[in-house]
Amino acid sequence: MYEENDDILGEVTSSEYKYGFVTDIESDDAPKGLNEDIIRFISAKKKEPGWLLEWRLKAYRHWLTMEEPTWPNVQYPAINYQDVIYYSAPKQKIAPNSLDEIDPELRRTFEKLGISLQEQKRLTGVAVDAVIDSVSIATTFKEELAELGIIFCSMSEAVQEHPELVRKYIGSVVPPTDNYFSALNSAVFTDGSFCFIPAGVRCPMELSTYFRINAANTGQFERTLIVAEAGAYVSYLEGCTAPMRDENQLHAAVVEIVAMEKAEVKYSTVQNWYPGDKDGHGGIYNFVTKRGICQGDYSKISWTQVETGSAITWKYPSVILKGDYSNGEFYSVAVTNNMQQADTGTKMIHLGKHTRSRIVSKGISAGKSNNSYRGLVQVGRNATNARNFSQCDSLLLGDKCGAHTFPYIEVKNNTAVVEHEATTSKIGEDQIFYCNQRGMDTETAVALIINGFAKEVMNQLPMEFAVEAQKLLAISLEGSVG
Amino acid sequence: MLKITDLHAGIEEKKILKGINLEIKAGEVHAIMGPNGSGKSTLASVLAGRESFEVTGGSVAFQGKDLLEMSPEDRAREGMFLAFQYPVEIPGVSTTNFIKTAVNETRKYRGQEPLDAVAFLKLMKERMKLVQIDQSLLSRSLNEGFSGGEKKRNEIFQMAMLEPKLAILDETDSGLDIDALRIVANGVNQLRSKDNAFLVVTHYQRLLEYIVPDFVHVLYNGRIVKSGTKELALELEEKGYDFIKNELLVTEQA
Ligand SMILES: Nc1ncnc2c1ncn2[C@@H]1O[C@H](COP(=O)(O)OP(=O)(O)O)[C@@H](O)[C@H]1O
Ligand SMILES: [Mg+2]
Repeated sequence: MYEENDDILGEVTSSEYKYGFVTDIESDDAPKGLNEDIIRFISAKKKEPGWLLEWRLKAYRHWLTMEEPTWPNVQYPAINYQDVIYYSAPKQKIAPNSLDEIDPELRRTFEKLGISLQEQKRLTGVAVDAVIDSVSIATTFKEELAELGIIFCSMSEAVQEHPELVRKYIGSVVPPTDNYFSALNSAVFTDGSFCFIPAGVRCPMELSTYFRINAANTGQFERTLIVAEAGAYVSYLEGCTAPMRDENQLHAAVVEIVAMEKAEVKYSTVQNWYPGDKDGHGGIYNFVTKRGICQGDYSKISWTQVETGSAITWKYPSVILKGDYSNGEFYSVAVTNNMQQADTGTKMIHLGKHTRSRIVSKGISAGKSNNSYRGLVQVGRNATNARNFSQCDSLLLGDKCGAHTFPYIEVKNNTAVVEHEATTSKIGEDQIFYCNQRGMDTETAVALIINGFAKEVMNQLPMEFAVEAQKLLAISLEGSVG
Repeated sequence: MLKITDLHAGIEEKKILKGINLEIKAGEVHAIMGPNGSGKSTLASVLAGRESFEVTGGSVAFQGKDLLEMSPEDRAREGMFLAFQYPVEIPGVSTTNFIKTAVNETRKYRGQEPLDAVAFLKLMKERMKLVQIDQSLLSRSLNEGFSGGEKKRNEIFQMAMLEPKLAILDETDSGLDIDALRIVANGVNQLRSKDNAFLVVTHYQRLLEYIVPDFVHVLYNGRIVKSGTKELALELEEKGYDFIKNELLVTEQA
């Protein structure tokens, strides 16, 4: 994957957020604001069964009793939740029955983002669910996957086609009452992806969801659920972008993963929501709850995230290690530039015996940004022989940015071994000069150095996306040195 | 190839180079010797374009172009190479990847297509032999955990890959045992041609037994105070730098 540097470096010179365009398409919106009628409206739009409407309303009523968290190391003006549109669907001329019938404007939108919805043009080995604002537009390779018993579809479709599975697992890992944003999401969630890998099946292709916010004043509240039955394997990737707008937009997603005995789920994120401009105007508030449970023995859940976008990121992809010998991993690169703020990390909750977890976090801060790692390693009373290793490295570009590390360790079993290492470094003038002396300009040098810094994490990404992610790192830091 | 005229440079208020004059022609090897702190590395850095040093006077022409107007990367792309006295470490970036980026950036500047993986590998294999460097070393993060000798050998390997017009070797010999010194010198000698030139900065004349220079200059207190042929190096070795100092005192008093 490191052979592609030239392309990356070529891209570095192209400035600005590349994905900031707006698709001009009529949409079907809910009125602004949040109340029980809006929730009924969303539920009715999606023709949901009664139990799900009740589930939403219960979450909403609970949310009303909650306070927005203030503990993250981020600052933003109070959000007016009545000023947000909670449902916006692009109006399509006809409801598409097949991929060929998708509105050409929407197809072009995704093509501009590098996502082809025509299967023959897709990267081989990757199936895509494309979500714009509140609805899923298309899911590719559905039939091929269905032959193996794999279900990969939008959440809305899953509610219609597989209600028993949805009902069994939704909220089982992240209960609606878990936190302020998960409660909000449970009340108003619109679309997202649903993946179900039956026992013993190894999913033969990458599953991926591409999230796109298009409409103004709209929040995106998707919900993704991945279930891997005993012995199943799946690698899943999500990507996200949004237009450049002056106002902040809210994105509050929930992702739940369930891994049964000997199952393995690899979840990768390349998050590139609009970060706002240089002065901190606009950008996405990315307040996300992601959690997986290693339900069965010998199961494994691995989170990999490359976070370059959003004005504010608040998220802690976590693993509950319930099964004995289960394994949790968190690999993260978080880049902040200009006025961006990130407070991100993970929670590894060791409940089963011989459980293992590994945390590798690489924070890169530039401009006037603020980048915090926050992680919890918890070892329960019965978790004999639990092991954790955490490595948290920060790299600073310039001296106006901040890097912070907040590791929390709670151990209730004295057989546990918990190791934490942390470093902070700066890109040195001498490193850049050394690269210059070998014929590289400073942008190229910085791209090379940060990709080296983030390598351990980037190596975890599926091949198809690693190169894209490398470019993204370079572009995100453009203009931050020299 | 290179013409330095009355070059003055320093850092902050400190004057380090106080009027350097030196001309190097294609095909020549020049050695610069001098005691610690005389300004040898500063001269190398100023030629390579390190911005922390300020040029306060004089001019430098490199292949007919005004060197001091060029960015450090353009100097490199025009064919100037500096083997650093203290090569830096870049964690997570393999030497292979690093040098590939360097080679292709330079090719891009010269309007050439990037080398494809096969051609690059072939070139690398060939040049590795020249300095007897191991593939395993090149797969590791650049200079990270390398011994002093490995770092220096890596510099010469990079030089061999980039095929510079003018290579400045800043104390490439220090920290090398005799075997490593032979290997490095042998690499340099094989790269010598009538089209390129070398400026070899060294503290000891030992290196010059292996890389035989056409000219030897003594840098002292920011000036070239004596120039000669390789016999000058031997004389220095024999009598020490004090003999230069004394000679200078005599001429100053006269
Ligand atoms: N970065 C620097 N800041 C301040 N003084 C410096 C710096 N680099 C070199 N010098 C000074 O400049 C003089 C020449 O140093 P240098 O060029 O490294 O000598 P040499 O390589 O001949 O040993 C010394 O007095 C040294 O202390
Ligand atoms: Mg020196």
